[in-house]
Amino acid sequence: MVETLQNLGLGFSVALQPAVLLYAFVGCVVGTLVGVLPGVGPLAGISLLLPATFGLTATNAIVMLAGIYYGAMYGGSTTSILMRIPGEAASVMTCIDGYAMARKGRAGAALAIAAIGSFIAGTVSVVALMLLAPPLAGFALRFGPPEYFALLLLGLLVLAYMSGGSMVKSLAMAVLGLLLGMIGIDQMSGYFRFAYGVVELGDGLGVVPIAVGLFGIAEVLATAGQEVPPQVLKPKLRELLPSRREWRESVMPIGRGTVLGFLIGIIPGSAHIISSFVSYAVERRLSRHPEEFGQGAVAGVAGPESANNSATSGAFVPMLALGVPSGPIPAVMLAALMVHGVSPGPLLIKEQPALFWGFIASMYVGNLMLLALNLPMVGIFVNVLRVPYSLLYPAIIMFCVVGVYAVNGSVVDVWIAIVMGALGYVLRKLGFETAPIVLGAILAPMIELALRQSLAMSDGQYMIFVSRPISGTLLAFGAALVLLNLVSWLGRGLDWRRRIPLDEKGENL
Amino acid sequence: MLTTERLGGSALCLLALFVMWESRRLPLGTWHNPGPGYFPVLLAVVLLALGGLVAFMGGRAPRVADVGWGEAGQALVILGVCAFICFGLERLGYRLTMLGALLFLVWLVERRRLVAALGFAAALAFGSFYLFDTLLRVPLPRGPFNI
Repeated sequence: MVETLQNLGLGFSVALQPAVLLYAFVGCVVGTLVGVLPGVGPLAGISLLLPATFGLTATNAIVMLAGIYYGAMYGGSTTSILMRIPGEAASVMTCIDGYAMARKGRAGAALAIAAIGSFIAGTVSVVALMLLAPPLAGFALRFGPPEYFALLLLGLLVLAYMSGGSMVKSLAMAVLGLLLGMIGIDQMSGYFRFAYGVVELGDGLGVVPIAVGLFGIAEVLATAGQEVPPQVLKPKLRELLPSRREWRESVMPIGRGTVLGFLIGIIPGSAHIISSFVSYAVERRLSRHPEEFGQGAVAGVAGPESANNSATSGAFVPMLALGVPSGPIPAVMLAALMVHGVSPGPLLIKEQPALFWGFIASMYVGNLMLLALNLPMVGIFVNVLRVPYSLLYPAIIMFCVVGVYAVNGSVVDVWIAIVMGALGYVLRKLGFETAPIVLGAILAPMIELALRQSLAMSDGQYMIFVSRPISGTLLAFGAALVLLNLVSWLGRGLDWRRRIPLDEKGENL
Repeated sequence: MLTTERLGGSALCLLALFVMWESRRLPLGTWHNPGPGYFPVLLAVVLLALGGLVAFMGGRAPRVADVGWGEAGQALVILGVCAFICFGLERLGYRLTMLGALLFLVWLVERRRLVAALGFAAALAFGSFYLFDTLLRVPLPRGPFNI
C-alpha cells in the first residue's frame, strides 16, 4: 500500500506538470464536444485526433486521448437529458429518465446527478484500476503464446456475446475484421497477402482508416439529408442543485453503478455501452417504485451514468496490464501508445512508471476538470447542436480526411477509409454491427502470431491450448459462452440482450 | 423473399469463397506447421459457415426493400466528393481540394448561398490547414504555387 501511494505521488508529480494539465484539459473539452455531438462517438473522436498526438510525448498523448474518452462519457449525458438525443450510445438509457426529469423542470438536477455520479464513479474506478492493474500485470508474466491466443479468442467471443444483436452476426463481423487484418506482409514468412501490388498495403490496413471509415464516414452517409435542429431545454445555473430527496435516491444507484461498471469494463466488449444498460435493468429491478422508471426516476439517471464512466476506467485494466485491448476504443489507444514506442503489457508498469502512474493521476485530475466543465458550462456545449447539420457533416468529412491522411501521409489510407465508410453504411442498413470488425482487424496479427508460435512451441500439437491451465480455462469459458448463446437461441425470447435497443439511434459506439 | 440477413449472409459467403480462391497462391503449410495461407483459409471457412448460418436463419429479418434507402442518393454524392478529395489531395494540394469539396457540398448539395458557402469552405480549408500543418506540424500536401 505504501508503495502504491509512493507511486501515486510520482504520478501526481507528472500529472500536475503544466503541459500535462493542458493536454488533459484539451482532451476533456474535445471529449465533451464529441460526446455532445450525435454521431461522433468516442471512437471516431479518438481516431480523428490520433494524428494530432504524434508530435506529443507518450504521456501527453495518452492523457489527452483518455480525456477525450471519458469526456465523451460526460458530454453524452448532456444532450440525452436536455434534448433526448444520446450524444453517444452509452447515454441511450439516460435519455429515458433524464429527459423525463427535464420535462418536469428538473433538468438542472438531472445534469448535476449525472455529472456528480460520473465524477464519483470515475474517481472510485481509478482507485480500483490503480490497485488492480499492477497485480494483474504480475500475473500476466505467466502468459505465453497459447495463453494470449486463448485470451484474444475469448475477447472476440465475449464481444460477440455481449453485443446487441445475434451472436452469429457479430461473430461473422469479427471474422470479417480478422480477414481484413490478414492483408499485408505475413509476419513469420514475409509473404505479401492480398496486397495486389499496392506497396502501401504491405503494412496492412491501419486501425485509423478502418475506425474512421466505419464510424465517422459511415455515420455521415447514414445521416445524409437530415435537417435538425430539435428543441433544446436550457436549465439555469441556480437550478442545478438536486433536492434532498433526489440526493438520497441517487446515492445507492451511484454506488452500484460504479461497481457494476468497473467489473463490466474489464470484460472485453463495448463495456461502456453494456454497463449502462445493465445498470438501468438492475436499478429498475431493485427499485421499490419500478413504475417511476420512464417517468423521471432519479436512479434511472444516476445508475447508468455512473456505470458508463466506471466502465471507461475498467477498460484500461486489460489494456495497460496485459497489452490486450478490451474493445475498439482501448485498441486505438493501444495503437497510439505503440506509435510512441511504448508497448503496453506486463512490463509497462515496471519499465515506464512515470507514464503509467502519470496516466492514473491524470484521470483523477481529468475527472475534477470534467465536473467543473460540465455543470457551469453546459449551455455553451449545448449550443454546438445549433450548428445546422448541413454545415456540420462537411466539417466532419474534412476532419476524417485529415485524421486518416496524417497517420502515414498516404492517400491510400484515405481510400481505405472511404471504402470502409461505404461498407459500414451498407452493413448498418442491413442490421450488422461494425464494432467487432475493428476489434477483429486489430487483433488479427496478434491472434495469428500467437497461434503459430504456440504450434511451433508444441511441435504442432493443438493440445497445448487445452493442456495449459490458463489457456484451457479461458477457452472453456469461451466455449461456455457459445453454448450459453446456443441454449438461449433454442429457448427463443429468453435472451435479455434482444430487448436492448443498442442501435436506437443507429450508432454502435 | 430477399431479407437483409439473407443478403448480408450471402455476401459474406461470396467473400469467403473469394478469399479461398485468392489464397491458392499462398503456401498453406501443414496442419501442424501452418504457412501464410493457413489462417486466411481457416478464417474464410469460418466466415463461410457463419455467413451461411446468417442467410439460413435470416428469413424473419426485414425485407431489403423495406429498409429506408431515402438518403442513399445523397450518400453516393458524398462518397463521390470523398473520391474527388482522394484524387485531388496530392495533385491540387490540401487547401484547394478541400475548398472545392466543401464548396460543392455546402453550395450545390445543401443549397446554401454562394457567398456564405464560399466563406465557410475557405475558412474551414485554410483554417484546418493552419491548425494541423502549421500549429500541430502534421504535414499536409501542397499543390500548384505551393498552395
